Amino acid sequence: MTDEKKAAGPAPAVEQPAVEQSPENVPAPTGEVRPIGERHGMFGVKGTGDTSGYGGLVAPVVYPPAAERPYGGWFDVVADGLDPLIDSVVIHRGEITFHIAPDNLIAAAKLLRDDPKLRFELCAGVSGVHYPADTGRELHAVYSFLSMTFNRRIRVEVSVPDADPHLPSLCPVYPAVDWHEREAYDMFGIIFDGHPALTRILMPDDWPGFPQRKDYPLGGIPVEYKGGTIPPPDQRRSYS
Amino acid sequence: MTTNEDLYAGASEATDAPADRVFTVSGQDWDDIAAGLGEEGGDAQERVVVNMGPQHPSTHGVLRLILELEGETVTEARCGIGYLHTGIEKNMEYRSWVQGTTFCTRMDYLSPFFNEMTYVLGIERLLDIEDDIPEKASVMRVLLMELNRISSHLVCIATGGMEIGALTVMTIGFRERELVLDLFELITGLRMNHAFIRPGGVAQDLPPGALDEIRGFVALMKKRLPEYAALCNANPIFKARLEGVGHLDLEGCLALGLTGPIVRSTGYPWDLRKTSPYCGYETYDFDVQTWDTADSYGRFRVRLNEMWESLKIIEQAADRLARMEGEPVMVADKKIAWPSQLAIGSDGMGNSLDHIRQIMGESMEALIHHFKLVTEGFRVPAGQAYVPIESPRGELGAHVVSDGGTRPFRAHFRDPSFNNLQAMGVMSEGSMIADVIVAIASIDPVMGGVDR
Repeated sequence: MTDEKKAAGPAPAVEQPAVEQSPENVPAPTGEVRPIGERHGMFGVKGTGDTSGYGGLVAPVVYPPAAERPYGGWFDVVADGLDPLIDSVVIHRGEITFHIAPDNLIAAAKLLRDDPKLRFELCAGVSGVHYPADTGRELHAVYSFLSMTFNRRIRVEVSVPDADPHLPSLCPVYPAVDWHEREAYDMFGIIFDGHPALTRILMPDDWPGFPQRKDYPLGGIPVEYKGGTIPPPDQRRSYS
Repeated sequence: MTTNEDLYAGASEATDAPADRVFTVSGQDWDDIAAGLGEEGGDAQERVVVNMGPQHPSTHGVLRLILELEGETVTEARCGIGYLHTGIEKNMEYRSWVQGTTFCTRMDYLSPFFNEMTYVLGIERLLDIEDDIPEKASVMRVLLMELNRISSHLVCIATGGMEIGALTVMTIGFRERELVLDLFELITGLRMNHAFIRPGGVAQDLPPGALDEIRGFVALMKKRLPEYAALCNANPIFKARLEGVGHLDLEGCLALGLTGPIVRSTGYPWDLRKTSPYCGYETYDFDVQTWDTADSYGRFRVRLNEMWESLKIIEQAADRLARMEGEPVMVADKKIAWPSQLAIGSDGMGNSLDHIRQIMGESMEALIHHFKLVTEGFRVPAGQAYVPIESPRGELGAHVVSDGGTRPFRAHFRDPSFNNLQAMGVMSEGSMIADVIVAIASIDPVMGGVDR
């Protein structure tokens, strides 16, 4: 194609933002989008042949992306108070999650408890979540903090790699998390350094493995009933 | 009695070391134990570690207490839990979102509707249908939760009374609880394990005549609740056993994450129904009950008064339901709403025959829709939610995580019993053994919720 021909061509169309063409085309919020898994096919069929034609579909599992300032309302007040310690902030369905590095966890918790602008008096507990496909940060510990003074609730999420599952214990700051941390250790194998007695709490003391991890089998035996055999729940057909 | 062979000591432990010696105590044999310890026992003659439970009538289910005693004074107290662990949270990851209610209702078996409610609220937040829940479903949820609060508090007061020897409190407590369970049976079909509150609404509309039964119950409770006050409130024995026992002030409560009647007994009116209302609690007229003694007696009075408040809410809910005849109880979105309804047949409650006729004989599409929704379920957008509610024992919340699939990726329940039981040691150390029982009864732990 020569320069003359290009000049003689039709005038280039004025680029119109997609948002103005149709309001539902709002661009996705910027920020880190990190797939933490893959979903194959469309109907979750495994094992049997997928005749739907969608069997080759591969879609990433993406969690809500990081939010950008301003977060709105009191979210900014809390974010300001914690600012240098935060890795990222996620706001989803009106709930705010602060992602914090394990090294900053104790400092953040002290700030949350003691800062007069924050005043998170109560830590409601720790919930472990295992994301096997989130390489390098497979184990997440999710804390819920409640400020009774200001009636605010936030979530703090910390992630550690499966290979080195160490987190500082929040027991010295919030004694309430004592048993919750023991449960997270019992079920996920997250080791909370500095916990006064990090032992199993729900499972027997000599139990092998960490039952709530995704690679730990559910267990169960096939049940025979009136000639038919029903496999255990984790071996039944699943659509997830 | 003493045994020479120690079945519990490790192989390497010498059985002649006094600290490792194990005695099986069957009562009236303290002298034998002291003699068995011998002279080398020294302090051990006075200092004994007693394992109480897990099978003990006054430890509220399978709770194990490890008490270090000096005489009859408890110097250290620890809990051993996990005897009722059933892996409900893990099991829920292998069932659809709707089936999850069938599991979580079994956790805290004295307050099943609250377990269902917090789980369902989490799902509804992730689905972003919180504003689409029909009004009637919300009112029915409130009605069932408040009935459940009464039945749960009744069990707490009844078993707490039984443990200190007030057997009449126990019998009348269970008598009234039976009335609530009859109402549950009428409305949901079951006395417990209802799985009645479902994502998007409730399983079924109110049966005919239910409102009259509820009004009759409220009228009866108004006569019978004063009996508890007459039996207990000023009873000198009751007060002597409860007053000043299990004392924990507000700072201690917040440090240990205690909520519910325990924190309200310190005078702090913290109630999630008021501070972060759900299911339209902000539209009901009721008060948060507090007491100022921060002890077991205060917690008893808070629970007793809360039952009156629950009656107020039930009356208001019943009035609203009377005006809502025929309104939907399930979200309009057909992609979420459970397709079938239940009906009473000649052989009891089962699937509605009208629905079976429609899907089997009239509409192929309805059959496909039913099949897809029941076997596969609906998808919940990826994310996490935590919607705590005020259960009879405090803050109950489900941390619900979805990866966009038809099953929960993770459902973790922050059970108030689990958290509150941590305070057992601080409430009972330094007191007598008998006071440990009272302190635990005032925490009101339900082991099904603690161990899940």
